Amino acid sequence: MNIAETIERLGALILERVFALGGFLLFLINALMYVFLPPYKPRLIIRQVRQIGADSMFLIILIAAFTGMVLGLQGYKTLSLFGSEGALGILVALALVRELGPVLAALMIAARAGSAMAAELGSMQATEQIDALTVMAINPVQYLVSPRIVAGIISFPLLTVIFDVVGIIGGYLVGVGLMGAPAGPYFNGIKANMGSHDIASTLYKSLVFGVVVMWVCCYKGYNAQRMATGVSRATTEAVVLSSVLVLAWDYFLTSILL
Amino acid sequence: MNQAQNGNPSSANAVEVRGLKKRFGRQQVLDGVDLDCPAQEITTIVGPSGEGKTVLLKHINLLLRPDAGTITIEGVEVTRLGALALNAVREKFGMLFQAGALFDSMTVFENVAFPLVEKTNLSVEEIAQRVHETLDAVGLQGMDTKFPSEISGGMQKRVALARALVRKPRILMLDEPTTGLDPTRTGAIHELIRNTQKNFGLSAVMVSHDVPAVFEISDRVAFIKQGKIRLYGTPAEVLAANDEVFDRFLKGRASGEDLEQTATA
Repeated sequence: MNIAETIERLGALILERVFALGGFLLFLINALMYVFLPPYKPRLIIRQVRQIGADSMFLIILIAAFTGMVLGLQGYKTLSLFGSEGALGILVALALVRELGPVLAALMIAARAGSAMAAELGSMQATEQIDALTVMAINPVQYLVSPRIVAGIISFPLLTVIFDVVGIIGGYLVGVGLMGAPAGPYFNGIKANMGSHDIASTLYKSLVFGVVVMWVCCYKGYNAQRMATGVSRATTEAVVLSSVLVLAWDYFLTSILL
Repeated sequence: MNQAQNGNPSSANAVEVRGLKKRFGRQQVLDGVDLDCPAQEITTIVGPSGEGKTVLLKHINLLLRPDAGTITIEGVEVTRLGALALNAVREKFGMLFQAGALFDSMTVFENVAFPLVEKTNLSVEEIAQRVHETLDAVGLQGMDTKFPSEISGGMQKRVALARALVRKPRILMLDEPTTGLDPTRTGAIHELIRNTQKNFGLSAVMVSHDVPAVFEISDRVAFIKQGKIRLYGTPAEVLAANDEVFDRFLKGRASGEDLEQTATA
């Protein structure tokens, strides 16, 4: 292989990556644009809110309860070294509201609803169902992707708030009920020290994560290769990439919001 | 013979393709295709696997855009149209996909009703009536609440055909409608296509490798080879053309040679 050929291949590879990245961004812009263009189909959004939101609720409550409980346990152990068990409430609450709530909720929804979405769109692509929509003069992005992104924007903040609240109760049950931290300061500490700023940050983060997870999972599913392995690969990539992006965005958002 | 090259009065053609070229990477899949699909007739595109049959159909149903050449659908040149104008042309289409492409999250009834629910303002009763009329026309009754996964391949094809017909299209496109069916069912689906085309007064463009069975229901046959239409005419004309490549293709189908070629390709 001579030098010119090597450079040509390298260039082709870079171009391919840049085009793919551009396609990824355009996919989101396109989907968001179609949210505002007729025909409006609220029932499609409602169905997705049920699948992403309502159907994920039990899982979110379960994970939130255990997260809060382990925080209560660890927090009590550590705080009792300094004799400040009274600060347990605010420790658990801030950890959940600022970080664990939005991040863990997003990761769990990506694993549960995001993977299902990527697999569903991927197999629709593989069996020409997406082409069938196009031939019926129905825009598949508007019909399939836009409602999912809107549903993500609606569901993620709601699930995150549920996660936060359940986690705080879980921390209370273990820290106060089991370990014997003082009951009064648990909630009083939260009331006194948690500001609207903290609550805003949980909401901002969950909104951004909602868009990121839905965007990645829809994109990967929609662009799956038309074969069985294409669908499975799309599903894996969707979960991995959306998890990585959630954690990366979490860092950037925290550095802006803190 | 070769009416495509000589040209027909455009009013008589539902679809006219001229000089169509398409390249994927280094592969020139379509290399100057000329094709006429006369109105209210069945035009069947045949040819070996991987010679561009399906790609050609995907240009005619506007899923792909060509690199060069023109496609005229009922007098409208479509290769330069924008998204909205394209959708207006698509309103004329009914398309039967190779594997049916039924929505597997919906029942048979919902699948057939889907184009009406999404694209028209018909009432629930009117939609139900139209759906049942169309399902009757393809010979399916009492399947309304079944899901596509619960019915046989032949029935899925019928449902998909009903969905393609329910909005009373002007042009019906069929991508290998008999793939995966046994000879008896293949015959039944062919007969159904012929009858529907006559009863609905449709223009039909079909891709098939079911030769020579498909000739019985075709008004025109186009044989595609190496990205070009090599033979075109009525089935009798094409069979009588004594084209070496076409004869080998026919024999290959019969002896299964083609299968081996695809397997090693």
